Amino acid sequence: MNDATSLDVKAYAETMAEALSLPLTPEYAPQVEANIALAFRLVQLVLDFPLHDEAEPAPVFTAKVMRI
Amino acid sequence: MSQWTHEPAHEIAKAVRNGVATARQVAEQHLSLIAALSDGLCAFTDITANRALAKADAIDAAYAQGQKLPPLAGAPFAVKNLFNVSGLVTRAGAKINRDYAPASADATLVARMEAAGAVLLGALNMGEYAYDFTGRNAHDGHARNPHDTERMTGGSSGGSGGAAAAGLAAITLGSDTNGSIRVPASLCGLFGLKPSYGGLSRAGTFPFIASLDHVGPLARSVKDLALAYDAMRGADPLDPVCTNGTAEPVTPSLEGGLTGLRIKRAGGYFTRMGDTQAFAAVDTIARALGAEASIELPEAHRARAAAFIITMIEGSSLHRDRIRERPQDFDPEVRDRLIAGAMLPGDWYVKAQKFRRWYQAKVIELFQETDLILAPATPTSAPLVDQKTFVLDGQTLPVRPNLGIFTQPISFIGLPVVAVPVWPAQGMPIGVQIIAAPGKEALALRAAHWLECQGIVRAKVAH
Repeated sequence: MNDATSLDVKAYAETMAEALSLPLTPEYAPQVEANIALAFRLVQLVLDFPLHDEAEPAPVFTAKVMRI
Repeated sequence: MSQWTHEPAHEIAKAVRNGVATARQVAEQHLSLIAALSDGLCAFTDITANRALAKADAIDAAYAQGQKLPPLAGAPFAVKNLFNVSGLVTRAGAKINRDYAPASADATLVARMEAAGAVLLGALNMGEYAYDFTGRNAHDGHARNPHDTERMTGGSSGGSGGAAAAGLAAITLGSDTNGSIRVPASLCGLFGLKPSYGGLSRAGTFPFIASLDHVGPLARSVKDLALAYDAMRGADPLDPVCTNGTAEPVTPSLEGGLTGLRIKRAGGYFTRMGDTQAFAAVDTIARALGAEASIELPEAHRARAAAFIITMIEGSSLHRDRIRERPQDFDPEVRDRLIAGAMLPGDWYVKAQKFRRWYQAKVIELFQETDLILAPATPTSAPLVDQKTFVLDGQTLPVRPNLGIFTQPISFIGLPVVAVPVWPAQGMPIGVQIIAAPGKEALALRAAHWLECQGIVRAKVAH
């Protein structure tokens, strides 16, 4: 699924657009698909990198309320 | 009468404090130049002339009464139009936002600049919703580089770059999520300060990527960056990440020179995917600063990729309803990226944020052995306004997402950076990033100021 080379980007975009009620007209589709393909290529660099289960995400939540 | 549009903010403020100029003279000269040049450059989107003149008159009245004037007295500034300015609609570069109510109060940084005596001239063009490295905008026109109007300013703070380089304002404020201060500073031949993440308050600005958003100044002098930073620094309860109320001022140490500074240049990732001018500029700065050794930012290519993914997903989340309801009202170059981002899996986002913490820890370790790191700001000087691709390392790549390949791995972990402009014998300028550890803005500014005093880097008005 995360392999950009085997992904059917057009089918992916159409499926996701329908499932998530996103606009995907023939005018928008080529660049949307290009951006999806780029994301799939780039994310491989992130997904391939080994991290421990204990790895914390960067943002830190604090219980003290700063702003409501 | 002096041409105050060509002077940096600190010289203007000095002249106003000493009675050599009035704040009104300075404001009127800038407003006249804006009237003459701004439309052609697509720099300003809103001009606050009445407010500027009222503020200038108040400063002149204070001088007449013998009051001590603040450090930026009479210095004209303008802000990217994602900063709230009371009474103006906060466009954030978008057509859609023009249907929203005008801001009822100023952004924190606008108020702090005015409290330091600066005079607000208006709001500046930007790439739609800041999702941009080019300065192009389908609604307000593509920002044009004053040094060559066939070329782009860089973005997304395109108007901020164009206005400062044209002498329309001495200081401009921009935002920088992935490079949007440093890219226009590089392409327009300006100094730019992207502070530490959380270093300056974002309260009252239209957001883009909360995890990565920074705000800061661009100017034609390092001293102006320092004065603006000092005027704006300090914790703000209205911005949950701006919590450092004890940040040291940077102006007192500006003249400290290079004594004690350990400086290295970034190797590996930062030595590829740029043209000869980009790397020659780093060579020039490294030679001047005595930075002979290189240092490797580990996995910088993955950092850039992770920043890209976080941006796509957070940005799409912010704009999901607008994308569903009014896709036709977006700039097409932004819309299609946001639609794509809304289709990406959530686990990608979490993994990218976990990698971010790993990368931060590794890069912070590097500051045990160096104080400053040098890297190119952009892979090339300013492309043509309508240029869609460029060739980097033999690969033809789209300009829009790739102008920020050297800035993204740095802002990803919130390191402070001063971008300094290097001019070739002929042609357009290009920037070099001087990168410091978090909270160490003063060190990067010291080095930048030393370079400026030596004449190695400089910014100039384009006409």
